[in-house]
Amino acid sequence: MKIYLKKLLVILCVFISPAVYAGGVYQEPADFINEVFDNNPPKAEVLWLDKDIKEQIVEILDHKYKGLRVRYWQQDKETASRSAWVLDEIGKEKQITAGIVINNSQIEQVKVLVFRESRGWEVRHDFFTDQFKQAGLKDNNRLDKTIDNISGATLSVRAVKKLARIALFLDQQVQNKQATQK
Amino acid sequence: MKHKSIAKNALFGAITFALAQPALAVTDEEFKALQAQFDQLADQVEENSKDTTSNTTIGGYGELHYNNLSNGKGDEIKMLDFHRFVLFVNHEFNDKIRLFTEVEIEHALAGDDQPGEVEVEQAYVQFDIGENSNIDAGLFLIPVGILNETHEPPTFYGVERNPVEKNIIPTTWWEGGAMFSGHYDSGFSYDVALTSGLDGGTNIRGGRQKVAKAAANNLAATARVKYTGTRGLELAATAQYQDDMTQDTSDDVGSATMFETHARWTVADLTLTGLYARWDIDVAPTAAQSDIDKEKQDGAYIEASYKLNPAWGVFVRQNQWDNGGAGDTKKSQTDVGVNYWPHENVVIKADYQAQNDIAGNFDGFNLGIGYQF
Repeated sequence: MKIYLKKLLVILCVFISPAVYAGGVYQEPADFINEVFDNNPPKAEVLWLDKDIKEQIVEILDHKYKGLRVRYWQQDKETASRSAWVLDEIGKEKQITAGIVINNSQIEQVKVLVFRESRGWEVRHDFFTDQFKQAGLKDNNRLDKTIDNISGATLSVRAVKKLARIALFLDQQVQNKQATQK
Repeated sequence: MKHKSIAKNALFGAITFALAQPALAVTDEEFKALQAQFDQLADQVEENSKDTTSNTTIGGYGELHYNNLSNGKGDEIKMLDFHRFVLFVNHEFNDKIRLFTEVEIEHALAGDDQPGEVEVEQAYVQFDIGENSNIDAGLFLIPVGILNETHEPPTFYGVERNPVEKNIIPTTWWEGGAMFSGHYDSGFSYDVALTSGLDGGTNIRGGRQKVAKAAANNLAATARVKYTGTRGLELAATAQYQDDMTQDTSDDVGSATMFETHARWTVADLTLTGLYARWDIDVAPTAAQSDIDKEKQDGAYIEASYKLNPAWGVFVRQNQWDNGGAGDTKKSQTDVGVNYWPHENVVIKADYQAQNDIAGNFDGFNLGIGYQF
């Protein structure tokens, strides 16, 4: 047993030192917005959630939603072509915060900014988030691309997929609103 | 709650007031001031909703099973069983220290001469000790296999858990001790644990002490390496060494090594899974023949599942396992079935199973409903 304990300690020493994973906050939402807009972010806009919008959000989330408004950043108000969203959803128990950029009604980028769940941290990997690139929204508010699951991280995958759908949906609402105002 | 109500009323009042003044001219400044007040009130309402989030959370899962099986020799199993009722209560002490607990009632009714049990399956404190690593201390699930750590009914196919992980690993398996875990950006993760061990000699599943006044003369060391750095792929391997399987060095059953490995690959709606687990137990030549026959125990299964759409999925699984003993002891079972998720956290399951003679030849169907929250 002593030999095994020694081996255990050696393994611990080897694994502890070169660690690179950052638990919890990977990137502050404000830093994400600055990065997306090359350190020149537009002023944050606010989308008030009317009854119809809220109903659709509840349908996507499959549970209640308490918010009254959602903040977003839009690069070009005239064309409404590119917007950035910072959204939260619970994975298993804790909120996952993701930054999502929509360009011409398709996802340009998904980035997990804050992750505090005890399992499912794999969703922050590029191999997972890159799957969302170019994804759009179908009429039934589902993604028009298949997103592969990660074994053992089902609830986190599900949460990020919901956030991507909500960002696309809200971007659509902003575009519709701006089109009617023209 | 009171603040929230006041803020809501104030917001409602402000809106009502604004709407009730159509005839009054409103200057730009007044309009901007009103808008700022709306925003402030909305901020307050949203802030108050956040305040209701507690550091203590509850969750759980449960599953009701119906088995209709017969072996063709007049023996039947027709049973309705609320197999598991589980509650989680977790608490976050601060950003770096949190508690996880899980209490389970098995088979609905526990007590003297009753079929069920009340069990504490998890009760550990997790400490973040670095940006990539944490230590779990207390009573926790052994990091092995697929089902041992993640076994909420909506997350797997089949009414009953597969017989390989149940009889060889043996799932659900928890011990008391400490575990060091960490993960890397490359997709590699690891766990190293020092825990209490089994106390059943060559009877693996029966050797679980469940951390109930468990003999701790001989501890167990466990290590797992997992890779999930490629889209849709999980590869993992666990090894455990225990230096006496009876917690008594004076008898003929000594140390044991367990090895488990599995792969799971998901491409679009198709998932392929394969798992192999094996025990090698050091049994002296002078030991009873029944122990010598159980020196090596192993099992494997392969499973293919396909999601027809978000609500429906089908699967087929082939299981083979051998817990040793006299004569031919190779058991096998084939399962085929369907899962229906009316909600992402609720599942209705149906499957058909066929066993070989050695496994009992119990063929028939199983139905189940399960949930998690």
